[in-house]
Amino acid sequence: MHSTPAIDYQQQRFMYQPCLEQTRPADAALHPVVVIGAGPVGLVTAIDLARQGIRVVLVDDDDTLSTGSRAICFAKRTLDIFDRIGCGQRMVDKGVGWNRGKVFLREEAIYEFDLLPECGHARPAFINLQQYYVEGYLLEQARQHSLIELRWKSRVSAIAHHADHEALTVETPEGSYLLKARYVVAADGSRSPLRKMMGLESVGHTFRDRFLIADVKMAAPFPAERWFWFDPPFHPNQSVLLHRQPDDVWRIDFQLGWDADPVLERTPERVIPRVQALLGKDAQFTLEWVSVYTFSCVRMDRFRHGRVLFVGDAAHCVSPFGARGANSGIQDAENLAWKLAFVLQGKAPDSLLDSYASEREFAADENLLNSTRSTDFITPKSAVSRCFRDAVLALAREHAFARRLVNSGRLSLPATLHGSPLSSADSAPFHGAMQAGAPCTDAPVLTDTIPGWLLPHLGDQFVAMIFAPPASLSAALLPALVRLTEGGLPLRLLFVSGAQASAEDHTVLSALGDSAVQVQDIEGQVAQRYDGQPHTCYLIRPDQHVCARWRTVDAAALAQALQRATGHEPAAQPATVLDAA
Amino acid sequence: MSLNTAPNLARPDDFYESLIEMHRGLDDAPSQDVNARLILLLANHIGDHEVLIEAMQRARAGVDPAVSAALAEAA
Repeated sequence: MHSTPAIDYQQQRFMYQPCLEQTRPADAALHPVVVIGAGPVGLVTAIDLARQGIRVVLVDDDDTLSTGSRAICFAKRTLDIFDRIGCGQRMVDKGVGWNRGKVFLREEAIYEFDLLPECGHARPAFINLQQYYVEGYLLEQARQHSLIELRWKSRVSAIAHHADHEALTVETPEGSYLLKARYVVAADGSRSPLRKMMGLESVGHTFRDRFLIADVKMAAPFPAERWFWFDPPFHPNQSVLLHRQPDDVWRIDFQLGWDADPVLERTPERVIPRVQALLGKDAQFTLEWVSVYTFSCVRMDRFRHGRVLFVGDAAHCVSPFGARGANSGIQDAENLAWKLAFVLQGKAPDSLLDSYASEREFAADENLLNSTRSTDFITPKSAVSRCFRDAVLALAREHAFARRLVNSGRLSLPATLHGSPLSSADSAPFHGAMQAGAPCTDAPVLTDTIPGWLLPHLGDQFVAMIFAPPASLSAALLPALVRLTEGGLPLRLLFVSGAQASAEDHTVLSALGDSAVQVQDIEGQVAQRYDGQPHTCYLIRPDQHVCARWRTVDAAALAQALQRATGHEPAAQPATVLDAA
Repeated sequence: MSLNTAPNLARPDDFYESLIEMHRGLDDAPSQDVNARLILLLANHIGDHEVLIEAMQRARAGVDPAVSAALAEAA
């Protein structure tokens, strides 16, 4: 075996090429979608749209990927999404997987957590991976899709709204041109130029504090865990966060306070002594990347403005404690992509896109709440807030209850989309977390005796997951299910059974054709995690969120829920808001 | 459960004396720290979220006119 030489993704440059609008403007068509910004969120949006069969133009004002490691923590849900779009394994192979974290007060470990305490998941709670690798792998994935056209050095400078399209003015090294699209996805980052062009703002809390990121390359004895110190002896009165990255790079994040000089603090003369204080005077290391940053917790009032949809940091920003920035942006992308595809393909009304905004605004609020709470603990805004924070830390050494109050970041978990207009209410009691709006959880399964995982079987189309072997369904039900799989809103069938598929099951499966699959719930964990009793049926969205579930397989109910999930039904009977805590 | 504001202290005068005694010899800043720790210990002992919120509202009432007006309306 030989390995290909590693690509230095930070050094890659991408060539500007004139596009059809410039060379043969008469032939330039109205594009279905233009995505602005080739960061992780824009790239996932483009790939997911292409997977749904939608042609995408992805424009970026630069000709490079991320400079510096930036977002390094990618959560399980993001890895599940990367798996679905075809590049999860690369990310996990390169990344540093971790599940555990420790919180220190001065020199003493006062709190430990395990973010994935149960077995039976394909992916860890988190991997750490430099953003330039994530972008590089996503870009290579995007290039495999002929439906994606990448345009580098293409800066959007103006937008004009029309009844049936948006017209973007794009500046290039060879002058400007007009780029027309039915929908525009703004993935152009926290300072979103498009948001400013449209006179919109992102508002919320700002925090008066500064932090220093020092990425250092070294051989170090620390484990692959998230370590967070309050008031450590090597950096008194402030906090420090340590993360391991691939290539022997360690992220050290020092809290500096508001009065720190951001220019001075990024000089090696200032950074090296801080790192030495942590590692010891004789430690051998080199500085990879240094950055001083401030942050705010803000969001746009609405993520949809007509034919323009805002995603990721352009729509909402959080503090970095909790890894809720890039992870939530990637969830925005997958929430939007299938909906845009359905609208553009005439399978759903334009109003389906309103549910992108309402669902992801709800999710952003959850992320902002968690992020703001963590930041209030790490950077207390008032004397009394600091007093209570210090009291919690003082008590935490001795008392377990106070350890539970120590907040160094509540790490990214995907939102359960409570009260989504696309969900149908339960008509029977269910246990567990897989309620309508929940992102599907993974579990081990066997497919034709080959071990695998549940989530890849959910794919990126609507799926009816039925907890029964196909041969156990009534003869009358099968033709109704076949009609559903062949309808205008395609539906796949996934049969989950405790036993291996029988000869009778195979007969039914072959009658159902390509749209039906059976898996064996070898450890019973699918049934347990989904409260799957015999003939329990789930309807699952293309973004692998639950949208309805029943205790019996009812083709009419499935059809109705499918209509609702694609925005065809007015939300006259909103789904019950379940346990909104 | 709701906040018990009826007399409930086993030894009211002894309690009050001990509360003041707890701060003996402390300047304002360390006194604040001690109060904060006491609040956290008691809050954990009570546990019930609604009771704690009601106690916070009662404590704040009269300090901020808007909050006391809302409390009067709710009563």
